Order: sequence, then C-alpha cells, then structure tokens
Amino acid sequence: VRQKNSAEYLSESPIQFGQINPNIASNFINTLHQDLVLSFPPGFPPSCSPSVPLPFTMSHGTTTLAFIFQGGVIAAADTRSSCNGLVACPASQKILPVHSHLVGTTSGTSADCALWKRILARELRLYQLRHGRRLSTAGAAKLLAHMLHPFKGTELCVAATLCGWDGGERPSLYYVCSDGTRLQGELFSVGSGSPYAYSVLDGGVRWGLTVEEATSLARQAVYRATHRDAYSGNCVDVYHITSKGWALKTLPCKEETIYKQDPETLPPSHLR
Amino acid sequence: MEYLIGIQGPDFVLVAADNVAASSIIQMKQDQDKMFKLSDKILLLCVGEAGDTVQFAEYIQKNIQLYKMRNGYELSPTAAANFTRKNLADYLRSRTPYHVNLLLAGFDETDGPGLYFMDYLSALAKAPFAAHGYGAYLTLSILDRYYRPDLTRDEAVELLKKCIEELNKRLIINLPSFSVRLIDKDGIHDLEKLVPVGAK
Repeated sequence: VRQKNSAEYLSESPIQFGQINPNIASNFINTLHQDLVLSFPPGFPPSCSPSVPLPFTMSHGTTTLAFIFQGGVIAAADTRSSCNGLVACPASQKILPVHSHLVGTTSGTSADCALWKRILARELRLYQLRHGRRLSTAGAAKLLAHMLHPFKGTELCVAATLCGWDGGERPSLYYVCSDGTRLQGELFSVGSGSPYAYSVLDGGVRWGLTVEEATSLARQAVYRATHRDAYSGNCVDVYHITSKGWALKTLPCKEETIYKQDPETLPPSHLR
Repeated sequence: MEYLIGIQGPDFVLVAADNVAASSIIQMKQDQDKMFKLSDKILLLCVGEAGDTVQFAEYIQKNIQLYKMRNGYELSPTAAANFTRKNLADYLRSRTPYHVNLLLAGFDETDGPGLYFMDYLSALAKAPFAAHGYGAYLTLSILDRYYRPDLTRDEAVELLKKCIEELNKRLIINLPSFSVRLIDKDGIHDLEKLVPVGAK
C-alpha cells in the first residue's frame, strides 16, 4: 500500500472504506458492461470473503431510545454490556458523541458500534474540512448506512440512532441499522429491551414536554425495560441535544437515588 | 407483511403501498413511503428485505436520472423496467443478491400507461393489475373479478378501497394506512391516504 499524500486523502470518497480489492471488482464490472451507458459506482459490488467463525460470542442486548420534542432531542440508554449470561461491563457507554451537535446511541455488538462511531466521526470531520460545512444528520445517517452496506450478510451488527441538531432550528433523529435500514422519525427505541421501552414511551411522549419531564420519561422507559429484560440493566445515561450542542444529564447511579428522585420508578408492589 | 398494489386504466395507473416500516414484531415507523420517483412519470414501488429495498431503489433512481443528464431525454417505462430487471438478474447469482419485490408504474407518450410486475428472481411481466405481499393472496381474486380495462379513475379507486377493506378484515397483520398515487399524462398525483377504519 503506497502512502497517500494529503491532497489525495482530502479528495477521497469515504464509501470506499472497507472494500476488499475495489480495483479488481470495478474492472470486472466495467469489462462486462461496456455497452451499457449507465455506470456502476467504483468498488461495487465488493468481493466478500466467506464468513469467518467468531472467536467468542459477541455482546448483544441493550435498551436505547431517542425522541424529539419541543426542547430538542433526548437520547437514553442503559449501561450494561452482556456476553450471553455474563455482564461483561456494568458501566459501559452506549451513547457516544460523534461531534458537538450529533450523538449516536449504539446497540448490537459493542465493538462494532464503538468502531463505526469513530469511523463516522472521522468521516464527518473530513467532510467538514473538505466542504467547509457540517454534514446534516440525514447525510450522516446516509453515510453510515452506505459504509455499512458492504458488510451485509456478515456478522457485523450495528443498530444506531443518530440524534442531532442540523445547523439552524431543526432537531433530527435517524435510525440506521447494519442490515441497511435507514429511517427518519420522531421516536425510536432499539435493542432487546426496546418493546418494553416503546410501551412506556408511547403513553407519554408529546411534543410539548418540558426538558425535565422528557428526561424523567426517558429514564423511566429505560428503567422499566431494564427491569424486564435480562440483558439490560445497571444505570441509565441520558443525553439532551439542543441548538447549543449535547449535554449529559445522567444522575449518579445508585438504586436509592433513582427511587427517591422519581416515585414512579419504584419497583412493582409485589416485588417490594 | 408489506403490501403493494397497482391497477392500470385506459389512460392512467393507480398504485398504492402500505406505510409500515417494521423490525421483527415492532412497527418502527407508520408513515414510511415505499414509492420512489424514477422520473416525472415513472414510480417504482419496492418492498422486501430491510436494507436491500432502499439501496436498490435509490440505485435505480440515480441511474435513471444519470441517463437523462447524459442523453437529454428520459427512459420510457418499458426501458426502465427492463433496466431494473437486468440489474436484479445480474445480482441474482452473485454473492449479494437483492431480495426485493417491485412494481414499476409509468406513463409513456406513445405507449400509454404501463404497470410492470417484478420479483426477487428478476421475473418481469407487464400486467393490467398486480400485487405483492401476503395481502396479494387475498386481493388478486377481487381484482380478477371486478377489473375492466376501461375503468374510470373513480372506479379504480373504489376497486382499490375494496381490496384494502378485505385486507383490513382478513389479514392477520394490521396495516393502518396506505399511500396512494396516480400517474397519467400530467405526471404523478398524490391522492388521499387510505386509512381503513375499525374491524368488521
């Protein structure tokens, strides 16, 4: 691999990342379709290697959620990383800031999510340097979806919601999954605990919530999901994104604090 | 789970698609638009595997637009349908086949309206009416019974409503709303969303 000089690097397309032998693939396609006027993008389709067996079980299982309201975007997640029956880490960060006005919740394989969030952050920063403006949340979601597409059919598992504020007055929420789904919406919950979170959120989310009400509702929803879902648990991280950027709103993580702060989060009476 | 339907009239094509974007048992979105505008008078309706639908449909959409930019005129619906089928066929025996089911509806100046049925095995058939999804099993016989080649626009919409009522009654999966569009010589028109009411 020859070293690229900075001029080349600045004009490179991010979609090529991760392709195996893009030149060989594109040459093959070009010779086959010389008579066609329409063209294929370079390196598409990539030659995928056959599935490599995993060295150990990857971590799955989580509850994350995000919704839009009048005060911006709230993103919340639990902090448990599980590996089948083992809690690999009780204090993991599932919400990763991508840049000052974009935050991504992660679900699926922890390692894959952490890696691809970093790659996304890098590519967004490069975009900003190349074009002089920040890419919108929609653009970031599309970029992530297109970068993940070549890995479809492999064991890669990333399900993220990108919560951001697009330059101006618009909060934005996109769900991106490694199977290729990309959805824009106002309320998403992802992970093994998501059905439980959905049921709490569907009853409470309104446009007119105050910031405190929204934070409390998000915390409630994750907490209820952690109660029912074995693979979610421990504490709740809450991020609030406004036009000024993201802010962390997590409370100190002790069970008593959660109960005292919000009586509705007491465990059901038959378990007290 | 997803449903597409198209009905061709003497000088128009009526198409409808459900609006649910689902992930296993959860409805993630209830207002998803499954129709992709290929050109002023061609719509591509696309359902199937999660990421493949949007990737494939947008790929076809951009290539159709590229053709227009390079050559100065748009592809006809027949040409667009055959191009789409060729792409599906090329990827079918590759490592990354696209699992998508499609309806392509368009209006041509010379040939008139056209509705093309395509499936994930890259079959292509021009049909007066067509449907995709589990709902197709329930609605094709309604279309067989009541379709006439000289339907007016209102009659076609009534026929569509009959089909959707049947889905509402018999299909085990709840499809709360349907986007409806009509293509004629004046282009693509958005019609009122159909929202079947109550269980019968």
